[in-house]
Amino acid sequence: MFDNFPLWPVRASAGAANVDALYIFLVALSALMCVAIFTMILVFATMYRRRRGVEAEQIEGSSALEITWSVIPLGIFMVIFLWGAVIYFHERTPPRGAAEVYVVGKQWMWKLQHEEGQREINELHVPVGRDVKLIMTSQDVIHSFYIPAFRIKQDVLPGRYTTAWFRATRPGVYHLFCSQYCGTMHSGMIGQVVVMEPAQYQAWLSGGGSSGSLAASGDSLFQQLGCSTCHRSDSQGRGPNLVGIFGKPVHLEDGRTVMVDENYLRQCILSPGTNIPSGFKPIMPVFQGLVGEEQLTALVAYIKSLTLAPSGAAGKLTAAGTGSQNP
Amino acid sequence: MATVAISAERENYLNQEYGIRSWLLTTDHKRIALLYLASITFFFFIGGFFALLIRLELLTPAGDLVQADTYNKLFSMHGQVMIFFFLIPSIPAVLGNFLVPLMVGAKDLAFPRINLLSWYLYIIAGTIYIICIVTGGVDTGWTFYTPFSTAFSNTKVIEAGISIFIAGFSSILTGLNFVVTIHRMRAPGMTWSRLPLFIWAMYATSIIQLLGTPVLAITLLLVVFERAFNLGIFDPTRGGDPLLFQHLFWFYSHPAVYIMILPAMAVESEIVACFTRKRIFGYNFVAMSSIAIAVFGFVVWAHHMFVAGISLYSALVFSILSYLVAVPSAIKVFNWTATMYKGSISFTTPMLYAFGFIGLFTMGGLTGLFLACLGVDVHVHDTYFVIAHFHYIMVGGAVMGYLGGLHFWWPKISGRMYPEGWGRLAALLVFAGFNLTFFPQFILGYMGMPRRYWQYPPEFQVLNVLSTAGSTILAIGYVLPMVYFLWSMRYGKIASDNPWGAAGLEWKTASPPPTFNFDEEPEVTWEAYNYEQIPAPAEVNVER
Repeated sequence: MFDNFPLWPVRASAGAANVDALYIFLVALSALMCVAIFTMILVFATMYRRRRGVEAEQIEGSSALEITWSVIPLGIFMVIFLWGAVIYFHERTPPRGAAEVYVVGKQWMWKLQHEEGQREINELHVPVGRDVKLIMTSQDVIHSFYIPAFRIKQDVLPGRYTTAWFRATRPGVYHLFCSQYCGTMHSGMIGQVVVMEPAQYQAWLSGGGSSGSLAASGDSLFQQLGCSTCHRSDSQGRGPNLVGIFGKPVHLEDGRTVMVDENYLRQCILSPGTNIPSGFKPIMPVFQGLVGEEQLTALVAYIKSLTLAPSGAAGKLTAAGTGSQNP
Repeated sequence: MATVAISAERENYLNQEYGIRSWLLTTDHKRIALLYLASITFFFFIGGFFALLIRLELLTPAGDLVQADTYNKLFSMHGQVMIFFFLIPSIPAVLGNFLVPLMVGAKDLAFPRINLLSWYLYIIAGTIYIICIVTGGVDTGWTFYTPFSTAFSNTKVIEAGISIFIAGFSSILTGLNFVVTIHRMRAPGMTWSRLPLFIWAMYATSIIQLLGTPVLAITLLLVVFERAFNLGIFDPTRGGDPLLFQHLFWFYSHPAVYIMILPAMAVESEIVACFTRKRIFGYNFVAMSSIAIAVFGFVVWAHHMFVAGISLYSALVFSILSYLVAVPSAIKVFNWTATMYKGSISFTTPMLYAFGFIGLFTMGGLTGLFLACLGVDVHVHDTYFVIAHFHYIMVGGAVMGYLGGLHFWWPKISGRMYPEGWGRLAALLVFAGFNLTFFPQFILGYMGMPRRYWQYPPEFQVLNVLSTAGSTILAIGYVLPMVYFLWSMRYGKIASDNPWGAAGLEWKTASPPPTFNFDEEPEVTWEAYNYEQIPAPAEVNVER
């Protein structure tokens, strides 16, 4: 798998080449600095080795030199900083319309679920060329989702969502590692990412026995848990209308204004009391301990589907939450 | 206690009193330094033994030598022993303890009994840690990340936490003693600008120990409380925040890197000056860069957390600040190199370690630029690249500095010369073994091998075999000095008061020094590193 060049892993994502370019620049710069410093030391050590009758020449120092070798490195450092910051910024900003995959880490396995409903364990199938956003959380300790071939890594924390994204560019099977120490079988918490041509991917999608999309299972949970009695699509409910709220700011009772994102929805479900939108009463029950991480992701995916148009490469999802807004 | 008796055998701090009591109740900074030397050497070999087992396990991709749980304990305890019981006390508590009063021209540290107390705290902490090891050990990594450490690990986290909590106070007291001594006990004429650069760097180190270590103590106490009393501080299921732990932990543990490396820089300046027979190029800049490192070192901690889930903008801030702290380190390397220009350079064992230090520290520092760089760090974070980087700093830098310093001041400490030929051989073995052990790990890391892996995919094996091979050479390089230092204490050539022809007050007193250091209080009328006024030793290199 790593047969093309032994010094770095295969490049299989859109971002990998950018990271490698910066890395190679840094290696070259470091090699240059090492050669320069080591050569100077060798030359001085040879030329000025101790000889009888030859005294060292005392030299006090030179402010001009000191400033030169402070300012020039600082300038180079700032270039590295900016270059790295640009890559990081790009890596941390998932494009709109990316297909979403929900990831739950637990000791010692990865559970993944596609929007389309497919569930996988320690394997992730993705097509070439599609933007994929990972929305990740942990059921227990901190893990870290690491795909060397994509040059992406993100810690996966209990109690909140973290995200990462990639666009695979090269079909193949790549390592998926947990890179944050998580207990006994940390080194066994590995899996593989299977990047497929779109046609193959479609075949794979239709092959698995999917029980409907993630949002659809969220929908049925939403009714099962009785959420729909208060959160109605008209303005008659005792809770806020959830249609169209995702990605928009909401004013809270305590005066804050926050963006409705996955983490906000998660907190609202688990401990509603701390996040009451203005104009509503704190009457929603606490779901902490009542819903598991996977049910939570389904609910979040469902609430999001009430806002986001199914678009782009994400594809398959049909119109948001039809049939859910029962009167 | 009378001191100034010059007889057939001069009375000195070693022969003034005999017996175990005279050591365990001593308040002499030099004797306490030796107590520390013995204790940290003990822990160094325990930590080294764990490291060898780790390397042996990684010889093959499958986890076959030890169980997964055992492996996790090995790397956790290797880290904790080496950092808290060897590296942090190494140069400050041994060489610093011995040299700070001598270098500033004082009879002892400001608080001799507190100095002894700090050693006892270290011993109490060490004993608890040994109990922790033999009753099952700890598997949290040296980093104690929550909620794993507080809610999931079923090993001796509380014992380890309390042990390191106590060790922290030992470190705080040493720092306090140095700060007060350097401010208040300098000999007449020993102005700040005449201080050896060793003292400047040790002063910067002490500031970090004083300000940083209490935060570690608080953090570990919170871990112990959460684990023992079920408080919800870091565990999200109890309302806590796991990232809060990481912020608190790294607020100490990043500056702690400078607690380890600044003292090695301190030693480096003394050795380079002595064996080039020159004043250090840019004295003021080297002195101030130590202070700058201590200050900037406190504002870069979150560069350990670029993929931990902190905000995009705080990552940008911590990245740029991390580059600022790199500048003073670069200044030091350039100045040591410039000092060699037109020097009179001899290749003694300490100087070989000094050359090695510059090489390895430079590589460690340069690879730090990769890790401070957001775009690259995402890929190499928590891989072997990080392992290689910090071993280049903490072993290539700090341990090389410590060994170089131990050889340099050994004549002063023991009154005997070590065997120079063996010394050079060991220095070369350490340098070669170190590079063979850790250089392959840079490549492994960029290839994607995560750290703390008990088993690994087979394509990583070749580099791991190289690394393990290197570690055996490194081990020989570390055992050799212990053997010949012990040998030299009885059979080594008697050292003169100033065998290297070195500047500095410590060389103006006897080897070994009398209990109160100087027969009469020195008065300093010269600048630091006045090598033009000191004759070079007759032999170019001091041979056995």
